[in-house]
Amino acid sequence: MTSKNANPRKDNAESSSLGMKMQTISLNAWFGAKQALKDINVSFKTNAVTAIIGPSGCGKSTLIRCLNRMHELVSSSRFSGKVLLDGKDIYAPDVDPVMIRRRVGMVFQKPNPFPTMSIYDNVAAGLRLTGVRKEESLDDIVKRSLEQATLWDEVKDDLKRPGTSISGGQQQRLCIARAIALQPEVILMDEPCSALDPIATARIEELIVLLKRDYTVVIVTHNMQQAARVSDFTAFLYLGELVEYGPTKALFENPKSELTEKYITGQFG
Amino acid sequence: MPLLSILYEVISRGAPFLSLQFFTNDALHGGIGPSIQGTLILIGLTSLIGVPVGILSGVYLAEFGDNKYASFLRTINDVLTEFPSIVVGITAYTVIVIGIIGSYSPIAGAVALSFMLIPIVARTTEESLKLVPDSVREASLALGIHKWKTTLRIVVPAAKSGVVTGTLLAIARIAGETAPILLTILGSNYFFQGFRSSMDALPLRIFRDARWDDPRVQAEAWGVALILILIVLSLNIGVRLVARGRFKR
Repeated sequence: MTSKNANPRKDNAESSSLGMKMQTISLNAWFGAKQALKDINVSFKTNAVTAIIGPSGCGKSTLIRCLNRMHELVSSSRFSGKVLLDGKDIYAPDVDPVMIRRRVGMVFQKPNPFPTMSIYDNVAAGLRLTGVRKEESLDDIVKRSLEQATLWDEVKDDLKRPGTSISGGQQQRLCIARAIALQPEVILMDEPCSALDPIATARIEELIVLLKRDYTVVIVTHNMQQAARVSDFTAFLYLGELVEYGPTKALFENPKSELTEKYITGQFG
Repeated sequence: MPLLSILYEVISRGAPFLSLQFFTNDALHGGIGPSIQGTLILIGLTSLIGVPVGILSGVYLAEFGDNKYASFLRTINDVLTEFPSIVVGITAYTVIVIGIIGSYSPIAGAVALSFMLIPIVARTTEESLKLVPDSVREASLALGIHKWKTTLRIVVPAAKSGVVTGTLLAIARIAGETAPILLTILGSNYFFQGFRSSMDALPLRIFRDARWDDPRVQAEAWGVALILILIVLSLNIGVRLVARGRFKR
């Protein structure tokens, strides 16, 4: 058979509108009475890196937390609109958020490996605790995930050491490996480098570019240079509204909105 | 100062009684064997009932306690912590000793002590779990791990040392309780005689000895007190030392 049938996920992705892996439609989000997102319509292209930029408090993090239904875990949160994953609304009543989170992985601002677990167990935790069975053996998945996260060579002799014993940059790559191990379709990153030094940051950025071969990546960053370096598309958010969205190069060199121009030239934010 | 003066009194008056016979003989042969045995049995039974219930309540309150029912439970728990222990004792006496079993019983004593233990264990468990950063819970939930599995396999293990320490301290605290067992196991001069019979414990032996007409027996109460204090203090200090060692590492 052809390779198309061997990878049904990719089939799905291609059949959704214009190669868009995810798409938000009239997305609104609130914390209590405060509206954090206003009528957001944005798409995330398959096997591309999309950056979400904007000043602090503009709703960047809220937006990506709506993409894997983590937003609703905050007790006062509300939500309206649709979020499509391969054309299907992940907020439809028959959809289990737990299943969505297995397809849409997430990496957080601060590295947060599980404190009681070894490096190996951290990577294996997702598979072990979700009961998801893969044909590959656990050892192979752990090795492949750590390799994809470009951490394998540094930790291959210390897999039994606690996940919290390695450096911050290594911990963040461990968290990426932990997300990859479940073979999600989308990886969300919420300012993954903000707690890291420049060298660790550079390594993560290289890794992000590698990841888009296999995954659709959405990254929130307050660092415009970072967005310009790693992303193919950029969305600029201001005060909960989507100001501009387009190919990264076009948005940075030729912004359509005055607000965008002011922000990327450092006049506010 | 009060602690030191109590310790001085207890040690100076109690030490002369310490001997092998004092530890192992029953009351009719000048020993406190039954009291030590009874206290250990009570600690065991109480832990068996109280620790699981207390820990489960604490986990519920910490991880699923964001609703009205839980805040009600939390209030009950706080009230129970401050409850007069003699009232717990008389309730257990009426309901269990008279109502259910029909005789004094170690089980009635353990149930009464559990009512003292559960709120303390629940509270320390809740506090320890709340010390686990939310980022750890989020990491787990974001992997598509169910909430209950996140709690059981990620959050509770991360809080384990706090829960264990708190639980052992709570046990040390109830080991010296007198009022709840006074009306439920009564006290006895003999070693354990079954679950439908009275039993002794160190606090009860102190109580009886001190009220005895013979000054020699009254003095013996100090010896019993010394043993009780040694047990409680060693549990207390031991747990704290181990906990501190663990945090340093």
